[in-house]
Amino acid sequence: MTEFLTIVGMAVLTFAIRYLPYAFGGRLVFPPALQAALRYVPVAVLTAIIVPTVLLPDGSHWQLSWRNPAIIGSLASALIVWRTRHLLAAIGGGMLIYFGWRWLFLV
Amino acid sequence: MSDHTSLQASRRSEFLAGARDSLPMLIGAAPFGMIFGALAEQSGVSTLGALAMSALVFAGSSQFIALTLFKGHAALGVIWLTTLIVNLRHALYSVTLLPHVGKLSQRWRLPLAFGLTDETFAVVQHRYNSHDPSPYKHWYYLGSVLAMYSNWQLWTAAGLILGQSVKGLENLGLDFAMVATFVGIVVPMLKTPAMRWAALAAAVVALAAHGLPYKLGLMLAALAGVVTGVWCESRQTPRQDHAG
Repeated sequence: MTEFLTIVGMAVLTFAIRYLPYAFGGRLVFPPALQAALRYVPVAVLTAIIVPTVLLPDGSHWQLSWRNPAIIGSLASALIVWRTRHLLAAIGGGMLIYFGWRWLFLV
Repeated sequence: MSDHTSLQASRRSEFLAGARDSLPMLIGAAPFGMIFGALAEQSGVSTLGALAMSALVFAGSSQFIALTLFKGHAALGVIWLTTLIVNLRHALYSVTLLPHVGKLSQRWRLPLAFGLTDETFAVVQHRYNSHDPSPYKHWYYLGSVLAMYSNWQLWTAAGLILGQSVKGLENLGLDFAMVATFVGIVVPMLKTPAMRWAALAAAVVALAAHGLPYKLGLMLAALAGVVTGVWCESRQTPRQDHAG
């Protein structure tokens, strides 16, 4: 019962967050300064998710070593997408390098 | 061809293009969905609960965090508060897409809001920013949503099944797929110095504030990134005028 309630609450919250701005429809017009600021949101948020996941995988211990496969794998993804603009190649290539690195260093 | 059929054809081609352009994201989300399913049982979440979470919440990172909170027997309020903070970024996504989506009927806005994930946002924003005047870009959006949604349900179920037979599935490092996907989305966005400074500020603050409860560090880092980006942009604009 608690599980059900928790999940329904999560669903309602998540939907409300995503829907609230749309609910206003065309009536909500943002000033240009705010619109300019919003362009930085995806980069800021996604970077803030990626970097601790890679460098602090368990949330408390730094993994600042070239043996950390997530560092090498994400650098590979970054390099591939930067050079080729091909997202699928970046995901696939990054994962190959990541698993190769794990296998090499048995982490 | 009558007007009616050509109209349907362009809707369908937008829809299919949205699904097709989400393909890399589908592949990136697949292992992530599978680990979510595999981790559910040992986190004390029932099979039905895991399926319901993927079907109703449909937000990968917050579903993962919820599993760790379930495992730690966190209070209901803590799980809800954390969900709120972790998913708050989606409001910023819908604010960004509002100029395009705001004109649509409620019937459209409801499902498009429900399906607004990081991946769909990245794909759809790119489509809306392209300059061709197609009036059916919301069909493209819907194509991306339905592709991501069915993919997520499928891989959650696969993880629930495989998690019981394949031991240690969650320790294989499949979650790296999410990192690779997000890196692939972010790097092409780093076109201007202001964008790069925004990313750097977000990274530094995310690391410095990672110990804060309820994933507050994520919100702080996002804020720091946005403020830094805007500040750098405002410093650069006059200089570009002189040069140009």
